[in-house]
Amino acid sequence: MSLLQVKNLVVEFAHRHGTLRALDDISFDIAPGEILGVVGESGAGKSMTGAAIIGLIEPPGRIASGQILLEGERIDQLGFEQMRHIRGRRIGAIFQDPLTSLNPLYTIGQQLIETIRAHLPLSHAQARERAVSLLSDTGISAAAQRMAHYPHQFSGGMRQRVVIALALAAEPKLIVADEPTTALDVSIQAQIITLLKTLCRQHGAAVMLITHDMGVIAETCDRVAVMYAGRIAEIGPVHEVINHPAHPYTAGLMAAIPDITQDREHLNQIDGAMPRLNAIPTGCAFHPRCPHTFAKCKSERPDLMDAGATRSACWLHDTLRDRPERSGALSSTD
Amino acid sequence: MTLVQAHDLAITFDVSPPWLNRVLERQPRTLLHAVDGVSFEIEKGKTLALVGESGCGKSTLAKLLVGLYQPSRGYLKFDGLDAHATFKSPAGLQLRSRIQMIFQDPYASLNPRWTVLDIVGEPLIEHGLVTEPPALKTCVGTLLTSVGLNPLDMTKYPHQFSGGQRQRISIARALATQPEFLVCDEPTSALDVSVQAQVLNIMKDLQRKLGLTYLFISHNLAVVRHVSDQVGVMYLGRLVELADKQVLFAQPRHPYTRMLIDAIPKMHDTGRARTPVRGEVPNPLNPPPGCAFHPRCPHASERCRSERPQLLTLQGVQIACHAVEEGRI
Repeated sequence: MSLLQVKNLVVEFAHRHGTLRALDDISFDIAPGEILGVVGESGAGKSMTGAAIIGLIEPPGRIASGQILLEGERIDQLGFEQMRHIRGRRIGAIFQDPLTSLNPLYTIGQQLIETIRAHLPLSHAQARERAVSLLSDTGISAAAQRMAHYPHQFSGGMRQRVVIALALAAEPKLIVADEPTTALDVSIQAQIITLLKTLCRQHGAAVMLITHDMGVIAETCDRVAVMYAGRIAEIGPVHEVINHPAHPYTAGLMAAIPDITQDREHLNQIDGAMPRLNAIPTGCAFHPRCPHTFAKCKSERPDLMDAGATRSACWLHDTLRDRPERSGALSSTD
Repeated sequence: MTLVQAHDLAITFDVSPPWLNRVLERQPRTLLHAVDGVSFEIEKGKTLALVGESGCGKSTLAKLLVGLYQPSRGYLKFDGLDAHATFKSPAGLQLRSRIQMIFQDPYASLNPRWTVLDIVGEPLIEHGLVTEPPALKTCVGTLLTSVGLNPLDMTKYPHQFSGGQRQRISIARALATQPEFLVCDEPTSALDVSVQAQVLNIMKDLQRKLGLTYLFISHNLAVVRHVSDQVGVMYLGRLVELADKQVLFAQPRHPYTRMLIDAIPKMHDTGRARTPVRGEVPNPLNPPPGCAFHPRCPHASERCRSERPQLLTLQGVQIACHAVEEGRI
């Protein structure tokens, strides 16, 4: 059974000029122990999806329809107090900037012990012991001494290790990691990604890894969901999505990323920019930028449909229609 | 032809506590060597890329090159002129028009209360290239067209544009004085990948068309591989390796370069476990003795811990590493 199921999730922001849809009919699930990557450009709705799952959508945003099920139980309608027991205990969270997710006025030890005791029935001494072992698991040397340090005494990479320890403190089944390495240098990023992957495997936690870096996704995830303008454009096993993208947006995105292993004279570019939420095109939101657009794309919105090994929201993969000749195969590497 | 020649450029910032504290606490002055003896040459029409992690002095070096900082040692020769001496003389204005800069954050580098016409037109007026308003409009229109924007956009304000479009406005402003040398400080790191591709393509096209010379600063090696001819790798204010792009990516020599290249997640060879390098960049106020990289280096020897390696030319590549010099790696 899936650990997390998201069904037809819609998140709306009421605004005096009308309602903006930040997430429009999103469905996916995460299996226990699986790492699902969520990738997309700024404003695609990646972080909003994460926020909806951990129940941290700020008003005026609200879940307008759809369901979120954690281990078969609905969590999207829970009250603030009930959600507080799930957050941390069953769903952990890691955010982009480790400095803002730690309280500068408390030592690392106090924050870890507080988190552990809030969720687990442990004495102060037991919680402390657990905190020290968590910290040393994340590769912080002299963990017992560092418990007495404040966040500003740690470097960026070390802080993110502390945040990972905090997220794992109550052994949650799912961790939502929103851009956990974006604020870090590449050499530190590699360390943190490896750590996150190893620790989650050890603790049996599934991860929803939100990032804009396709390289991180390729190296870490089992499956990946590509988001565009508040919808999932394509979802499938990470190798398939990267090497054989089915959706024109995914293909364009892959070809736009400069590759360290090969020289290319000209990068493929997707002209234009992602639409604003108040001006989402009719039909497929990607159609004004898509090289394969035909009439149906402009009028009808595609839902996710089977496209080889992945599922893609694109009329090109509609088996019921007479397909026009595709102008050139979609490919990622040329 | 060599257009830009930096020789032993260095800048030191005094970050000491206030005088009274120093006297009472008997502390010496604290000096931060942000850039410490960097030398390179850039051929006309070519691109030198500088890479390194945060705090390695890339951006400080960029500001040195455009004259926003005075070097505390060394000199910069631009087309045979001593640039920093010229900046102070009456001929400085003319030299400034030949060296322009593109900044990292297109949200911070454009004045939000100016229209695009004011922003792009400012260097034209400042350098006295255009004085009549109609001519200014034509000129700005041409510049906007050259970076793929609509000339009608010139009446708009920066907030009406997306990040990629703003960065194009920055490029148009930098091109206004018809410079020969552009210093680009992380021009695409604030942008999304599809937009980054648009901006990089424009920069490459403009280079081909106008024969521009770039100094391109980035922390993204994949972007660097795409735009550069030569690559310099910086660590704690010094160049550790300087080589042609092909050579550097085919055969990285310096352990730090190898580590940087290895640390980048590869797209097409998924699932491979990497061995991440341990440790972090040391505090530049208190750099380690000898080679600054030795605490993180798997090949460090006794000599690396005590003696600072010089940038030497070994097998056609400039490299500062004892292990490479001794043939250990």
